[in-house]
Amino acid sequence: MKKITAIIRREKLEDVKDALELVGIHGMTVSDVRGRGQQMGIRESYRGMDYCVDLIPKVQVEVVVDSEDLEKVIETVTENARTGDIGDGKIFVTDVLDVVRIRTGERGKKAI
Amino acid sequence: MLNSGDTAWMLISTALVILMTIPGVAMFYSGLTKRENVLNTIFLSFVSFGVVSLLWFLFGYGLIFGGDISGIIGTQISSISLTALNSASEYAPTIPGGLFAIFQMTFAAITVALISGAVVERIRFSSWIIFIPLWFTFVYVPVAHWVWGGGFLQNLGVYDFAGGIVVHLTSGIAALALALVIGPRHDQKLMPHHLGYSVIGTGLLWFGWFGFNAGSALSAGNLATDAMIVTNTSAAAGMLGWMLMDRIKTGKPTLLGALSGAVAGLASITPAAGFVDIGASILIGFLAAMLCYLAVSWLKPLLGYDDALDVFGIHGVSGVIGTIGVGLFAIPALNPALTGGGLITGSTALLTSQVIGVVTVIIYTFTVTYILASLLKKWRGLRVEREDEIQGLDINLHEETGYRLT
Repeated sequence: MKKITAIIRREKLEDVKDALELVGIHGMTVSDVRGRGQQMGIRESYRGMDYCVDLIPKVQVEVVVDSEDLEKVIETVTENARTGDIGDGKIFVTDVLDVVRIRTGERGKKAI
Repeated sequence: MLNSGDTAWMLISTALVILMTIPGVAMFYSGLTKRENVLNTIFLSFVSFGVVSLLWFLFGYGLIFGGDISGIIGTQISSISLTALNSASEYAPTIPGGLFAIFQMTFAAITVALISGAVVERIRFSSWIIFIPLWFTFVYVPVAHWVWGGGFLQNLGVYDFAGGIVVHLTSGIAALALALVIGPRHDQKLMPHHLGYSVIGTGLLWFGWFGFNAGSALSAGNLATDAMIVTNTSAAAGMLGWMLMDRIKTGKPTLLGALSGAVAGLASITPAAGFVDIGASILIGFLAAMLCYLAVSWLKPLLGYDDALDVFGIHGVSGVIGTIGVGLFAIPALNPALTGGGLITGSTALLTSQVIGVVTVIIYTFTVTYILASLLKKWRGLRVEREDEIQGLDINLHEETGYRLT
């Protein structure tokens, strides 16, 4: 089992969610996060004074899937979160040792 | 002789000016601070209104508008009797005396609330509550008497229609003095946490300003209408002036800039609203916005003081521009109270007295506010603890939080 942590643009969340739904991935955890990548922030101007905002709001989508679904999910998220501009985000993949469904006590693949 | 039309208009005007402080200034300021300080910022305006409301009728009104001692201060200590207030004031013979008194009270309240913008995010709430009566008594009361209550500046020929000197100049200069005494914030970035609040606040200010300026005609007629028109045009010109400066400097107009320009336009036309024509109001508003922009974006970083929400940069500078504007553009035909016109009528006398008024009030307000703030700082401290400032004042001073979004 793998966990895909995708950090994407806020405005792309709905597209990514709908696309994952179409490929049969329903469960996910979404959080509001802030961070920065190579572009090092954006410029804002208040009353004539410039400020560099170097931590930009993003959305983090976490999905745990069976290993065989991994490439499908990566492809879906990449396609639907991409604009081609700086700041599209990143995907991290990590191993998941086990999953437990609290309600039933089921474990592993069955609990995803 | 009381006039019911005038009375109705002044009742409405009074309510409009109350709306300017709570929630107008409170919302405008709160949107500009960090989210951890949103409630404290609102509270500073709110409590100012409460404290001044009491002080006004205990002694403020009487010392400003009742009698005169050598042009310095009034003679009437208490103005707490409603029976006494029922007789019409000499300043506004067609409305109840009490109505004139409470209308004037709203000016004092907003003046104090405005000052808080300079020291938000770091002033001790309890020290602010003590600062209010001290500043009201030793600065607002005498200056209002000098300019409006038969004091020496009024006798010298200084004109201030709705508070360019009494409200905006005093609050702006006091803000600068207080900001210098209290020192800069640990994090001086102006990163508004909710500009939407500031839009609502500015809308309420603009709306309420019609009571502020058109109400200062103290009657419902041509003068009030004229004041309303120039108030609106000056605000509009100020908004566009600031947007132009934004465009020149950064290439993009900003909403906060537009709001700031509108407030600069409103504040600068305040002393002139009953004396100048539409063209002059556009010039005053436009120029005020451009100079306020320079004060905020160039002078402030150059001198290094931390006037958090630019009370000096906007209200102080606008107060000067508008008051001088009276000396330049006043037309006697618009207001019979004027004994002479501005420079455009070929006379320099009014301009001279306006400059004297501005300089006198700047020196007095700065000196007395600086002394009061320094004494208060020595006596019990002005500033919150460092950790409280970093964590935010809402939780640490009030045990409340502005947002509980779950």
